[in-house]
Amino acid sequence: MDISFVILVEMLYAIASLVLISAGLAVVFGMMKVINLAHGEFMMMGGYATITAVQLGVNVFIAMLIVAPLVVGVIGLIVERLVIRHLYGRLVDTMLATWGLSLVFIGLATMIFGNTTTGISTPIPGFAVGDYQINGYNFFIIVVAILLVVLMYAVLKGTRAGLIARGTMQRSDMAAALGYSPDRIYMATFFCGSALSGLAGAILAPLVGLVPTSGGAYIAKAFITVIAGGPSLIAGLVSSATSFGFVSQVFTFAISPVIGEVALLVAAVILLRLMPQGITSRFFKGKL
Amino acid sequence: MDRSAVRDVIVTLVVSAILIGVMPMLISTYTLTVLIIYGMLGLSLGLIWGFGGILCFGQAAFFGLGAYVYAISAVNVGESTLPMILAVLLTAGFAALLGAMMFYGRLTDVYLGVITLVVTLILFKFINSTAGPQYVIGKARMGGFNGIPGFQTLNVPGDPGAYIWGDAYYYVCAVALIIVYLLVTWLLRSSFGRIAIGIRENETRMALIGYDVAARKTVLFAAGAGIAGLAGALYASWAEIVTPTLFSLGQSAEIIIWCIVGGLGTRLGPIVGAAGLAYLKFLLGQQSMIDNTLIMGLVLVIFVLFLPRGLVPAIGALWQVSVGHKVRRRPARRMRRARNG
Repeated sequence: MDISFVILVEMLYAIASLVLISAGLAVVFGMMKVINLAHGEFMMMGGYATITAVQLGVNVFIAMLIVAPLVVGVIGLIVERLVIRHLYGRLVDTMLATWGLSLVFIGLATMIFGNTTTGISTPIPGFAVGDYQINGYNFFIIVVAILLVVLMYAVLKGTRAGLIARGTMQRSDMAAALGYSPDRIYMATFFCGSALSGLAGAILAPLVGLVPTSGGAYIAKAFITVIAGGPSLIAGLVSSATSFGFVSQVFTFAISPVIGEVALLVAAVILLRLMPQGITSRFFKGKL
Repeated sequence: MDRSAVRDVIVTLVVSAILIGVMPMLISTYTLTVLIIYGMLGLSLGLIWGFGGILCFGQAAFFGLGAYVYAISAVNVGESTLPMILAVLLTAGFAALLGAMMFYGRLTDVYLGVITLVVTLILFKFINSTAGPQYVIGKARMGGFNGIPGFQTLNVPGDPGAYIWGDAYYYVCAVALIIVYLLVTWLLRSSFGRIAIGIRENETRMALIGYDVAARKTVLFAAGAGIAGLAGALYASWAEIVTPTLFSLGQSAEIIIWCIVGGLGTRLGPIVGAAGLAYLKFLLGQQSMIDNTLIMGLVLVIFVLFLPRGLVPAIGALWQVSVGHKVRRRPARRMRRARNG
């Protein structure tokens, strides 16, 4: 009984963290068709922003939920103005340029923070379920992921800004004809995507020791989740995060964490082979 | 072979002979050897990406695989000729399987990138986790993160005692690169190569004309991987150790940067890019003021923004303008199209 509860929580946690990791990339890639390979580094910077803010005496939750997204969002904005806006519509070129940016960020972080591991302790204590100890922070991550998905859906579906953004991504010329500036909207969307990446990095920061290269651990997973999700933004994100989280946890419990990771990657290869355009090209068609 | 092809070969041989003779006066042969090996690795991606339009994020996987195959079989055989051949063949075979899976599944651009990236990661994670004594292939222990040290390095075929090292190894690698370069030239001049370029430019058109696009892409992909495997085996013999970092994302990234900087769609570009940037990195490694990664990143961003066609085509264009007549026989190809899949 206890063990099944623990497994359930771990499963949900794995899915939630995949959703968090991929949300920022899903906005940037799913809507703007920009493959941001610096996504992992955005998360890394979110983590560093949190840790720096906490060390300066800011409350840890304010640091995670407000400071980090803002800082990374602004960095994203600068990057968009300087580099990415010149490359819209050139998929491979954006990919390469953002790869270069990710190297730049790694280099900068190494120069500023040094090539050492930093971290903060988890702000929520664990508790016992029968014979097992559960990390209380896992629940926080699950709750944040659910709130995030609901919020994204509400903003995109319910608000005028979301409507304008979605419209611009579909037909920027039409949006321009109706009096909106696609340039501005792209800029704002990229800001939101970067802020989401920063948030994810901040929330996951207490769980991992942070090094300048730790973005690399996220980028592949985020990339795979978003691509396998397919054209629908939220339905794709949730469905692919669920399938990958499920597969990796099953193998983690059955064999070992390393096999769990490998199983996730193998599942991705098989899934893309069967559904080359992603899950939502076949299921949940036309959903947001 | 027509006359221009003969002239091409002669020019290549003369220029490379001069370079092989002159370069050791400027750079130590130990460093030069690895620059040549990287050049070969760059050429392997340049072939499949620049001429086949296949953006492979996992060229490092083939490089690492070649190195590991060489190391494992060298430990078992205790001689280097067979392992060299195995490294090329097994890597090419692996790539053929992977390529067949991808190309017959009609995966293109980004999705192709993801799959090759994922395969690299799988290999990296798997090899990293093979630390225990139960992971043994023949006499070779996989060694996990520490890799495999102490295998037989390159020797004169048939005589395991006669090691080829130092200056001699430099010449062997240089000759190997020239042979590979000439083979690539020949491949691209053959009808196979011209059809591959046709596929790069417009896949649907070539399929409608009646060519088996998937099969041709698979073969080209395998050929490129075989070259990367050879480079990996030579690298293993140079470094005298193989570690999982050969498979790392950073390594894959670097190969792509080499090709972009050197110039896609040329044979020389990736080699120049690889050797040049590797040497730049070597020089940068001797100072500690600015982080190495930062500069590599900046180079990539700047090239994508300002010189997306790369160094060699840009210099070629400059040469044409300044000399005033058409030096290069082939007109500059439209790379934009190919790179966007």
